[in-house]
Amino acid sequence: MTAINVLRLERLVVGNLDEVNLDVAPGDIVCLSGASGSGKSRLLRAVADLESHGGEVWLAGRAQSTMPAHRWRRRVMLVPAESQWWSDRVGEHFPGGIEDDDLDALGFEREVMSWQVGRLSSGEKQRLALLRGISRRPSALLLDEPTANLDEAATRRVEAWLQAKIRGSGWPVLWVAHDKEQIARVAYRHLHIDGSRLLAQAVATWM
Amino acid sequence: MDVIELSWWQLALAASMVFVLAGCTAVMRLGMSRSLLIAALRTVVQLALIGLVLEALFAAERLVWVALMALAMLLIAGREVMARQKRSLKGGWAFGIGTLAMFLSSFTVTILTLTVIIGPDPWYRPQYAIPLLGMMLGNTMTGVALALDRLTDTAWQQRTVIENRLMLGQPWQEAIGGIRREAMRSGLMPMINAMAAAGVVSLPGMMTGQILAGTSPALAVKYQILVMFTITLGTGFGTLAAVAAGSRRLFDSRERLRLDRLSAPRE
Repeated sequence: MTAINVLRLERLVVGNLDEVNLDVAPGDIVCLSGASGSGKSRLLRAVADLESHGGEVWLAGRAQSTMPAHRWRRRVMLVPAESQWWSDRVGEHFPGGIEDDDLDALGFEREVMSWQVGRLSSGEKQRLALLRGISRRPSALLLDEPTANLDEAATRRVEAWLQAKIRGSGWPVLWVAHDKEQIARVAYRHLHIDGSRLLAQAVATWM
Repeated sequence: MDVIELSWWQLALAASMVFVLAGCTAVMRLGMSRSLLIAALRTVVQLALIGLVLEALFAAERLVWVALMALAMLLIAGREVMARQKRSLKGGWAFGIGTLAMFLSSFTVTILTLTVIIGPDPWYRPQYAIPLLGMMLGNTMTGVALALDRLTDTAWQQRTVIENRLMLGQPWQEAIGGIRREAMRSGLMPMINAMAAAGVVSLPGMMTGQILAGTSPALAVKYQILVMFTITLGTGFGTLAAVAAGSRRLFDSRERLRLDRLSAPRE
Protein backbone atom coordinates (compact mmCIF):
# COMPACT_ATOMS: atom_id res chain seq x y z
CA MET A 1 0.00 0.00 0.00
CA THR A 2 1.34 3.38 -0.98
CA ALA A 3 0.57 6.77 0.47
CA ILE A 4 1.46 8.61 -2.74
CA ASN A 5 -1.48 10.77 -3.71
CA VAL A 6 -2.53 8.80 -6.80
CA LEU A 7 -6.14 8.78 -8.01
CA ARG A 8 -6.80 5.31 -9.38
CA LEU A 9 -9.93 4.27 -11.27
CA GLU A 10 -10.12 0.49 -11.23
CA ARG A 11 -12.61 -1.30 -13.51
CA LEU A 12 -14.98 1.63 -13.06
CA VAL A 13 -18.30 1.05 -14.82
CA VAL A 14 -20.83 3.85 -15.22
CA GLY A 15 -23.46 4.57 -17.88
CA ASN A 16 -22.61 3.27 -21.34
CA LEU A 17 -18.86 3.37 -20.84
CA ASP A 18 -16.74 0.22 -20.85
CA GLU A 19 -14.60 -0.49 -17.81
CA VAL A 20 -12.34 2.47 -17.10
CA ASN A 21 -8.87 1.81 -15.72
CA LEU A 22 -6.89 4.95 -15.12
CA ASP A 23 -4.11 6.21 -12.86
CA VAL A 24 -3.72 9.93 -12.30
CA ALA A 25 -0.43 10.84 -10.62
CA PRO A 26 -0.08 13.74 -8.15
CA GLY A 27 0.03 17.07 -9.97
CA ASP A 28 -1.08 15.58 -13.28
CA ILE A 29 -3.99 16.93 -15.29
CA VAL A 30 -5.90 14.38 -17.35
CA CYS A 31 -8.32 16.01 -19.76
CA LEU A 32 -11.55 14.29 -20.80
CA SER A 33 -13.39 15.25 -23.93
CA GLY A 34 -16.34 13.87 -25.84
CA ALA A 35 -19.64 14.85 -27.39
CA SER A 36 -22.31 16.14 -25.02
CA GLY A 37 -24.22 13.22 -23.56
CA SER A 38 -21.22 10.92 -23.96
CA GLY A 39 -20.92 10.44 -20.20
CA LYS A 40 -18.06 12.75 -19.18
CA SER A 41 -20.00 14.33 -16.33
CA ARG A 42 -21.37 10.98 -15.20
CA LEU A 43 -17.85 9.60 -15.04
CA LEU A 44 -16.80 12.51 -12.79
CA ARG A 45 -19.91 11.99 -10.64
CA ALA A 46 -19.05 8.30 -10.26
CA VAL A 47 -15.50 9.17 -9.18
CA ALA A 48 -17.04 11.53 -6.59
CA ASP A 49 -19.43 8.68 -5.64
CA LEU A 50 -22.51 10.74 -6.47
CA GLU A 51 -23.62 8.18 -9.03
CA SER A 52 -23.90 4.45 -8.41
CA HIS A 53 -21.20 2.60 -10.33
CA GLY A 54 -19.27 -0.64 -10.61
CA GLY A 55 -15.59 -1.02 -9.77
CA GLU A 56 -13.54 0.95 -7.28
CA VAL A 57 -11.78 4.27 -6.98
CA TRP A 58 -8.66 4.74 -4.87
CA LEU A 59 -6.98 7.84 -3.56
CA ALA A 60 -3.56 7.53 -1.92
CA GLY A 61 -4.19 3.83 -1.39
CA ARG A 62 -7.58 4.24 0.29
CA ALA A 63 -10.65 2.81 -1.40
CA GLN A 64 -13.75 4.96 -1.90
CA SER A 65 -16.00 2.28 -0.43
CA THR A 66 -14.07 2.13 2.86
CA MET A 67 -14.66 5.80 3.61
CA PRO A 68 -17.89 7.62 4.58
CA ALA A 69 -19.19 9.19 1.35
CA HIS A 70 -19.03 12.81 2.56
CA ARG A 71 -15.39 12.43 3.64
CA TRP A 72 -14.52 10.96 0.27
CA ARG A 73 -16.18 13.90 -1.52
CA ARG A 74 -14.35 16.39 0.66
CA ARG A 75 -11.08 14.83 -0.49
CA VAL A 76 -12.08 14.20 -4.11
CA MET A 77 -13.67 17.55 -4.88
CA LEU A 78 -16.02 17.79 -7.85
CA VAL A 79 -16.61 21.33 -9.14
CA PRO A 80 -19.64 21.23 -11.48
CA ALA A 81 -20.08 23.39 -14.58
CA GLU A 82 -23.15 25.07 -13.06
CA SER A 83 -22.54 25.90 -9.42
CA GLN A 84 -25.33 26.44 -6.88
CA TRP A 85 -25.39 29.05 -4.12
CA TRP A 86 -27.87 28.56 -1.30
CA SER A 87 -27.09 31.27 1.28
CA ASP A 88 -27.64 35.01 0.81
CA ARG A 89 -24.02 36.09 0.83
CA VAL A 90 -20.93 34.69 -0.84
CA GLY A 91 -18.94 34.52 2.40
CA GLU A 92 -21.42 32.12 4.01
CA HIS A 93 -20.31 29.50 1.50
CA PHE A 94 -16.73 29.78 2.73
CA PRO A 95 -16.89 28.60 6.37
CA GLY A 96 -13.13 28.07 6.43
CA GLY A 97 -12.35 31.41 4.77
CA ILE A 98 -10.14 31.80 1.70
CA GLU A 99 -6.58 32.94 1.04
CA ASP A 100 -6.32 36.53 -0.20
CA ASP A 101 -3.72 35.40 -2.76
CA ASP A 102 -6.25 33.10 -4.38
CA LEU A 103 -8.88 35.86 -4.51
CA ASP A 104 -6.32 38.17 -6.12
CA ALA A 105 -5.28 35.55 -8.62
CA LEU A 106 -8.83 35.21 -9.91
CA GLY A 107 -9.40 38.97 -9.95
CA PHE A 108 -11.59 39.42 -6.87
CA GLU A 109 -11.46 42.07 -4.17
CA ARG A 110 -11.76 41.01 -0.56
CA GLU A 111 -15.27 42.56 -0.43
CA VAL A 112 -16.56 39.78 -2.67
CA MET A 113 -17.28 37.80 0.50
CA SER A 114 -19.99 40.28 1.51
CA TRP A 115 -21.63 40.33 -1.93
CA GLN A 116 -25.20 39.16 -2.44
CA VAL A 117 -25.28 35.84 -4.27
CA GLY A 118 -28.09 37.15 -6.50
CA ARG A 119 -25.87 39.74 -8.18
CA LEU A 120 -23.14 37.31 -9.28
CA SER A 121 -22.65 36.87 -13.01
CA SER A 122 -22.23 33.37 -14.40
CA GLY A 123 -18.50 33.98 -14.87
CA GLU A 124 -18.12 35.19 -11.28
CA LYS A 125 -20.05 32.17 -10.03
CA GLN A 126 -17.77 29.85 -11.93
CA ARG A 127 -14.57 31.39 -10.56
CA LEU A 128 -16.01 31.53 -7.03
CA ALA A 129 -17.06 27.88 -7.30
CA LEU A 130 -13.44 26.95 -7.98
CA LEU A 131 -12.32 29.00 -4.98
CA ARG A 132 -15.05 27.42 -2.86
CA GLY A 133 -13.94 23.94 -3.90
CA ILE A 134 -10.29 24.44 -3.02
CA SER A 135 -11.19 26.25 0.23
CA ARG A 136 -12.38 22.85 1.54
CA ARG A 137 -8.77 21.60 1.27
CA PRO A 138 -9.31 18.66 -1.11
CA SER A 139 -6.69 16.07 -2.10
CA ALA A 140 -7.86 15.65 -5.70
CA LEU A 141 -9.92 17.73 -8.13
CA LEU A 142 -12.61 16.81 -10.66
CA LEU A 143 -13.31 19.84 -12.85
CA ASP A 144 -16.33 19.88 -15.15
CA GLU A 145 -15.66 22.54 -17.80
CA PRO A 146 -14.16 24.99 -15.31
CA THR A 147 -13.93 27.84 -17.84
CA ALA A 148 -17.20 27.34 -19.75
CA ASN A 149 -18.62 30.74 -18.77
CA LEU A 150 -15.40 32.77 -19.02
CA ASP A 151 -14.00 35.01 -21.72
CA GLU A 152 -10.58 34.40 -23.24
CA ALA A 153 -8.62 36.55 -20.78
CA ALA A 154 -10.34 35.15 -17.72
CA THR A 155 -9.92 31.63 -19.07
CA ARG A 156 -6.16 32.09 -19.34
CA ARG A 157 -6.02 33.57 -15.87
CA VAL A 158 -7.98 30.67 -14.33
CA GLU A 159 -5.91 28.09 -16.22
CA ALA A 160 -2.63 29.57 -15.02
CA TRP A 161 -3.87 29.75 -11.42
CA LEU A 162 -5.23 26.20 -11.50
CA GLN A 163 -2.03 24.79 -13.02
CA ALA A 164 0.11 26.46 -10.35
CA LYS A 165 -2.22 25.30 -7.58
CA ILE A 166 -2.38 21.75 -8.89
CA ARG A 167 1.38 21.46 -9.27
CA GLY A 168 2.02 23.08 -5.90
CA SER A 169 -0.46 20.93 -3.99
CA GLY A 170 0.16 17.70 -5.88
CA TRP A 171 -3.48 17.10 -6.71
CA PRO A 172 -4.37 14.47 -9.30
CA VAL A 173 -6.92 16.15 -11.59
CA LEU A 174 -9.58 15.02 -14.05
CA TRP A 175 -10.56 17.99 -16.21
CA VAL A 176 -13.50 17.88 -18.63
CA ALA A 177 -12.83 20.28 -21.53
CA HIS A 178 -14.23 21.03 -24.96
CA ASP A 179 -11.67 23.44 -26.32
CA LYS A 180 -8.78 21.72 -28.14
CA GLU A 181 -6.45 24.64 -27.46
CA GLN A 182 -7.21 24.53 -23.76
CA ILE A 183 -6.49 20.80 -23.71
CA ALA A 184 -3.21 21.44 -25.49
CA ARG A 185 -2.30 24.08 -22.89
CA VAL A 186 -3.16 22.20 -19.68
CA ALA A 187 -3.34 18.44 -20.32
CA TYR A 188 -0.66 16.02 -19.32
CA ARG A 189 -2.82 13.32 -20.89
CA HIS A 190 -5.94 13.57 -23.02
CA LEU A 191 -8.68 10.94 -23.18
CA HIS A 192 -11.53 11.16 -25.65
CA ILE A 193 -14.84 9.37 -25.15
CA ASP A 194 -15.92 7.69 -28.38
CA GLY A 195 -19.09 5.68 -27.96
CA SER A 196 -18.38 3.33 -25.08
CA ARG A 197 -14.59 3.61 -25.27
CA LEU A 198 -12.10 5.96 -23.72
CA LEU A 199 -9.33 6.60 -26.25
CA ALA A 200 -5.93 8.13 -25.47
CA GLN A 201 -5.13 11.13 -27.67
CA ALA A 202 -1.80 12.67 -28.49
CA VAL A 203 -0.97 15.78 -26.46
CA ALA A 204 1.41 18.63 -27.19
CA THR A 205 4.92 17.26 -27.29
CA TRP A 206 6.53 19.97 -25.19
CA MET A 207 4.82 18.44 -22.15
CA MET B 1 -78.42 21.44 32.64
CA ASP B 2 -79.12 19.00 29.81
CA VAL B 3 -78.60 19.44 26.09
CA ILE B 4 -81.76 20.35 24.22
CA GLU B 5 -82.89 17.32 22.26
CA LEU B 6 -82.41 17.56 18.49
CA SER B 7 -84.83 15.54 16.36
CA TRP B 8 -84.49 14.38 12.75
CA TRP B 9 -87.09 16.83 11.39
CA GLN B 10 -85.06 19.72 12.79
CA LEU B 11 -82.01 18.38 10.90
CA ALA B 12 -84.18 18.06 7.79
CA LEU B 13 -84.91 21.78 8.10
CA ALA B 14 -81.16 22.52 8.05
CA ALA B 15 -80.75 20.10 5.14
CA SER B 16 -83.42 21.87 3.13
CA MET B 17 -81.44 25.10 3.47
CA VAL B 18 -78.39 23.30 2.02
CA PHE B 19 -80.65 22.34 -0.89
CA VAL B 20 -81.59 25.99 -1.31
CA LEU B 21 -77.89 26.90 -1.46
CA ALA B 22 -77.27 24.11 -4.01
CA GLY B 23 -80.22 25.38 -6.04
CA CYS B 24 -78.83 28.92 -6.04
CA THR B 25 -75.37 27.77 -7.23
CA ALA B 26 -77.05 25.67 -9.93
CA VAL B 27 -79.11 28.64 -11.16
CA MET B 28 -75.98 30.82 -11.28
CA ARG B 29 -74.10 28.01 -13.09
CA LEU B 30 -71.24 27.97 -10.62
CA GLY B 31 -70.86 24.20 -11.00
CA MET B 32 -70.67 23.61 -7.27
CA SER B 33 -74.11 22.18 -6.50
CA ARG B 34 -73.26 18.57 -7.32
CA SER B 35 -70.13 18.33 -5.15
CA LEU B 36 -71.89 20.31 -2.41
CA LEU B 37 -74.77 17.85 -2.27
CA ILE B 38 -72.47 14.82 -2.42
CA ALA B 39 -70.39 16.18 0.45
CA ALA B 40 -73.53 16.91 2.48
CA LEU B 41 -74.79 13.39 1.86
CA ARG B 42 -71.41 11.95 2.90
CA THR B 43 -71.57 13.91 6.14
CA VAL B 44 -74.97 12.44 6.98
CA VAL B 45 -74.04 8.85 6.12
CA GLN B 46 -70.55 8.89 7.69
CA LEU B 47 -71.65 10.58 10.91
CA ALA B 48 -74.75 8.36 11.25
CA LEU B 49 -72.55 5.28 10.87
CA ILE B 50 -69.92 6.52 13.32
CA GLY B 51 -72.77 7.35 15.72
CA LEU B 52 -73.89 3.72 15.60
CA VAL B 53 -70.31 2.48 16.05
CA LEU B 54 -69.72 4.79 19.01
CA GLU B 55 -73.01 3.80 20.66
CA ALA B 56 -71.98 0.14 20.42
CA LEU B 57 -68.42 0.92 21.54
CA PHE B 58 -69.58 2.91 24.58
CA ALA B 59 -72.03 0.19 25.56
CA ALA B 60 -69.45 -2.60 25.32
CA GLU B 61 -66.55 -0.70 26.94
CA ARG B 62 -64.02 -3.40 25.98
CA LEU B 63 -60.31 -2.73 25.36
CA VAL B 64 -60.25 -4.95 22.24
CA TRP B 65 -62.94 -2.90 20.52
CA VAL B 66 -61.33 0.39 21.46
CA ALA B 67 -58.01 -0.89 20.14
CA LEU B 68 -59.58 -2.09 16.88
CA MET B 69 -61.29 1.27 16.42
CA ALA B 70 -57.99 3.05 17.06
CA LEU B 71 -56.23 0.84 14.52
CA ALA B 72 -58.87 1.54 11.87
CA MET B 73 -58.55 5.30 12.49
CA LEU B 74 -54.75 5.05 12.23
CA LEU B 75 -54.81 3.17 8.92
CA ILE B 76 -57.29 5.59 7.35
CA ALA B 77 -55.14 8.51 8.50
CA GLY B 78 -52.06 6.81 7.01
CA ARG B 79 -53.82 6.47 3.66
CA GLU B 80 -54.81 10.15 3.79
CA VAL B 81 -51.18 11.21 4.44
CA MET B 82 -50.07 9.26 1.37
CA ALA B 83 -52.88 10.62 -0.82
CA ARG B 84 -52.15 14.25 0.05
CA GLN B 85 -48.60 14.30 -1.32
CA LYS B 86 -47.56 15.61 -4.70
CA ARG B 87 -44.42 13.45 -4.93
CA SER B 88 -44.60 10.67 -2.37
CA LEU B 89 -41.97 8.08 -1.54
CA LYS B 90 -42.48 4.95 -3.58
CA GLY B 91 -42.84 1.34 -2.46
CA GLY B 92 -45.12 1.88 0.52
CA TRP B 93 -42.61 4.13 2.29
CA ALA B 94 -44.93 7.15 2.32
CA PHE B 95 -47.69 5.11 3.97
CA GLY B 96 -45.22 3.33 6.27
CA ILE B 97 -43.39 6.43 7.47
CA GLY B 98 -46.60 8.45 7.87
CA THR B 99 -48.44 5.70 9.74
CA LEU B 100 -45.52 4.82 11.99
CA ALA B 101 -44.89 8.48 12.85
CA MET B 102 -48.56 9.00 13.73
CA PHE B 103 -48.70 5.76 15.68
CA LEU B 104 -45.62 6.60 17.77
CA SER B 105 -46.68 10.15 18.58
CA SER B 106 -50.51 10.07 18.72
CA PHE B 107 -50.84 6.79 20.58
CA THR B 108 -48.09 7.55 23.09
CA VAL B 109 -49.41 11.01 23.88
CA THR B 110 -53.05 9.82 24.06
CA ILE B 111 -52.23 6.93 26.39
CA LEU B 112 -50.05 9.17 28.58
CA THR B 113 -52.80 11.78 28.76
CA LEU B 114 -55.40 9.17 29.66
CA THR B 115 -53.39 7.33 32.28
CA VAL B 116 -51.38 10.12 33.88
CA ILE B 117 -53.43 13.30 33.44
CA ILE B 118 -57.17 12.68 33.01
CA GLY B 119 -57.32 9.23 34.64
CA PRO B 120 -60.77 7.85 33.72
CA ASP B 121 -61.70 4.40 35.01
CA PRO B 122 -60.91 2.16 33.19
CA TRP B 123 -58.14 4.17 31.49
CA TYR B 124 -59.36 3.18 27.99
CA ARG B 125 -62.93 4.38 28.67
CA PRO B 126 -64.16 5.03 25.09
CA GLN B 127 -65.93 8.34 25.92
CA TYR B 128 -62.48 9.79 26.65
CA ALA B 129 -60.13 7.61 24.59
CA ILE B 130 -61.82 7.78 21.17
CA PRO B 131 -62.50 11.55 20.91
CA LEU B 132 -59.06 12.33 22.30
CA LEU B 133 -57.33 10.00 19.84
CA GLY B 134 -59.52 11.32 17.03
CA MET B 135 -58.51 14.93 17.62
CA MET B 136 -54.89 13.86 18.01
CA LEU B 137 -54.81 11.79 14.81
CA GLY B 138 -56.69 14.37 12.77
CA ASN B 139 -54.19 17.10 13.58
CA THR B 140 -51.09 14.90 13.50
CA MET B 141 -52.21 13.68 10.10
CA THR B 142 -52.36 17.22 8.77
CA GLY B 143 -48.94 18.04 10.22
CA VAL B 144 -47.27 14.88 8.91
CA ALA B 145 -48.87 15.21 5.47
CA LEU B 146 -47.88 18.89 5.10
CA ALA B 147 -44.33 18.23 6.31
CA LEU B 148 -43.69 15.21 4.08
CA ASP B 149 -45.20 16.99 1.09
CA ARG B 150 -42.98 20.03 1.65
CA LEU B 151 -39.92 17.83 2.23
CA THR B 152 -40.19 15.76 -0.93
CA ASP B 153 -41.36 18.57 -3.20
CA THR B 154 -38.67 21.02 -2.05
CA ALA B 155 -35.98 18.35 -2.28
CA TRP B 156 -37.04 17.72 -5.85
CA GLN B 157 -37.03 21.41 -6.74
CA GLN B 158 -33.68 22.05 -5.07
CA ARG B 159 -32.00 18.85 -6.22
CA THR B 160 -29.07 20.65 -7.88
CA VAL B 161 -28.42 22.65 -4.71
CA ILE B 162 -28.47 19.53 -2.55
CA GLU B 163 -26.10 17.74 -4.92
CA ASN B 164 -23.73 20.69 -5.06
CA ARG B 165 -23.61 20.70 -1.26
CA LEU B 166 -22.87 16.97 -1.31
CA MET B 167 -20.04 17.61 -3.79
CA LEU B 168 -18.51 20.03 -1.30
CA GLY B 169 -18.32 17.20 1.20
CA GLN B 170 -21.30 18.06 3.38
CA PRO B 171 -22.96 15.12 5.17
CA TRP B 172 -26.49 14.48 3.90
CA GLN B 173 -28.04 15.92 7.08
CA GLU B 174 -26.33 19.24 6.42
CA ALA B 175 -27.05 19.21 2.67
CA ILE B 176 -30.81 18.91 3.32
CA GLY B 177 -30.80 20.80 6.65
CA GLY B 178 -32.60 23.91 5.38
CA ILE B 179 -35.27 21.85 3.67
CA ARG B 180 -35.85 19.79 6.82
CA ARG B 181 -36.37 23.01 8.78
CA GLU B 182 -38.86 24.23 6.17
CA ALA B 183 -40.74 20.92 6.33
CA MET B 184 -40.90 21.02 10.15
CA ARG B 185 -42.17 24.58 10.00
CA SER B 186 -44.99 23.80 7.58
CA GLY B 187 -45.99 20.77 9.65
CA LEU B 188 -46.19 22.71 12.91
CA MET B 189 -47.52 26.03 11.59
CA PRO B 190 -51.25 25.11 11.62
CA MET B 191 -51.03 24.11 15.30
CA ILE B 192 -49.03 27.18 16.29
CA ASN B 193 -51.56 29.36 14.48
CA ALA B 194 -54.45 27.57 16.18
CA MET B 195 -52.92 28.11 19.63
CA ALA B 196 -52.19 31.74 18.89
CA ALA B 197 -55.74 32.38 17.63
CA ALA B 198 -57.54 30.31 20.29
CA GLY B 199 -60.15 32.32 22.15
CA VAL B 200 -59.33 35.54 20.28
CA VAL B 201 -60.05 34.80 16.66
CA SER B 202 -61.75 31.42 17.03
CA LEU B 203 -63.56 29.49 19.73
CA PRO B 204 -62.11 25.98 19.55
CA GLY B 205 -64.61 23.31 18.56
CA MET B 206 -64.19 21.01 21.52
CA MET B 207 -64.67 23.80 24.05
CA THR B 208 -67.73 25.05 22.19
CA GLY B 209 -69.15 21.53 22.21
CA GLN B 210 -68.59 21.09 25.92
CA ILE B 211 -70.19 24.44 26.70
CA LEU B 212 -73.21 23.52 24.54
CA ALA B 213 -73.39 20.23 26.47
CA GLY B 214 -73.65 22.16 29.73
CA THR B 215 -70.08 22.11 31.06
CA SER B 216 -69.03 25.27 32.86
CA PRO B 217 -66.81 27.47 30.66
CA ALA B 218 -64.01 27.33 33.26
CA LEU B 219 -63.79 23.53 33.03
CA ALA B 220 -64.26 23.56 29.25
CA VAL B 221 -61.33 25.96 28.97
CA LYS B 222 -59.12 23.66 31.02
CA TYR B 223 -59.97 20.73 28.80
CA GLN B 224 -59.34 22.82 25.72
CA ILE B 225 -55.90 23.87 26.97
CA LEU B 226 -55.05 20.26 27.75
CA VAL B 227 -56.19 19.13 24.31
CA MET B 228 -54.30 21.94 22.56
CA PHE B 229 -51.10 20.97 24.33
CA THR B 230 -51.48 17.26 23.69
CA ILE B 231 -52.30 17.87 20.03
CA THR B 232 -49.22 20.07 19.74
CA LEU B 233 -47.12 17.33 21.32
CA GLY B 234 -48.58 14.68 19.02
CA THR B 235 -48.19 16.83 15.90
CA GLY B 236 -44.70 17.95 16.89
CA PHE B 237 -43.26 14.52 17.61
CA GLY B 238 -45.13 12.96 14.69
CA THR B 239 -43.80 15.57 12.26
CA LEU B 240 -40.31 15.23 13.74
CA ALA B 241 -40.31 11.46 13.23
CA ALA B 242 -41.76 11.69 9.72
CA VAL B 243 -39.27 14.35 8.60
CA ALA B 244 -36.33 12.44 10.09
CA ALA B 245 -37.32 9.14 8.46
CA GLY B 246 -38.47 10.75 5.20
CA SER B 247 -35.28 12.76 4.69
CA ARG B 248 -33.13 9.73 5.49
CA ARG B 249 -35.00 7.79 2.82
CA LEU B 250 -34.09 10.46 0.22
CA PHE B 251 -30.43 9.40 0.51
CA ASP B 252 -28.80 5.99 0.17
CA SER B 253 -25.96 4.47 2.18
CA ARG B 254 -23.40 6.42 0.07
CA GLU B 255 -25.22 9.68 0.84
CA ARG B 256 -26.44 10.12 -2.73
CA LEU B 257 -29.66 12.01 -3.37
CA ARG B 258 -32.13 9.37 -4.58
CA LEU B 259 -35.02 11.21 -6.21
CA ASP B 260 -35.82 8.02 -8.12
CA ARG B 261 -37.43 6.93 -4.86
CA LEU B 262 -40.17 9.54 -5.38
CA SER B 263 -43.25 8.89 -7.48
CA ALA B 264 -44.17 11.07 -10.46
CA PRO B 265 -46.05 14.23 -9.46
CA ARG B 266 -49.82 14.12 -9.22
CA GLU B 267 -51.94 17.13 -9.99
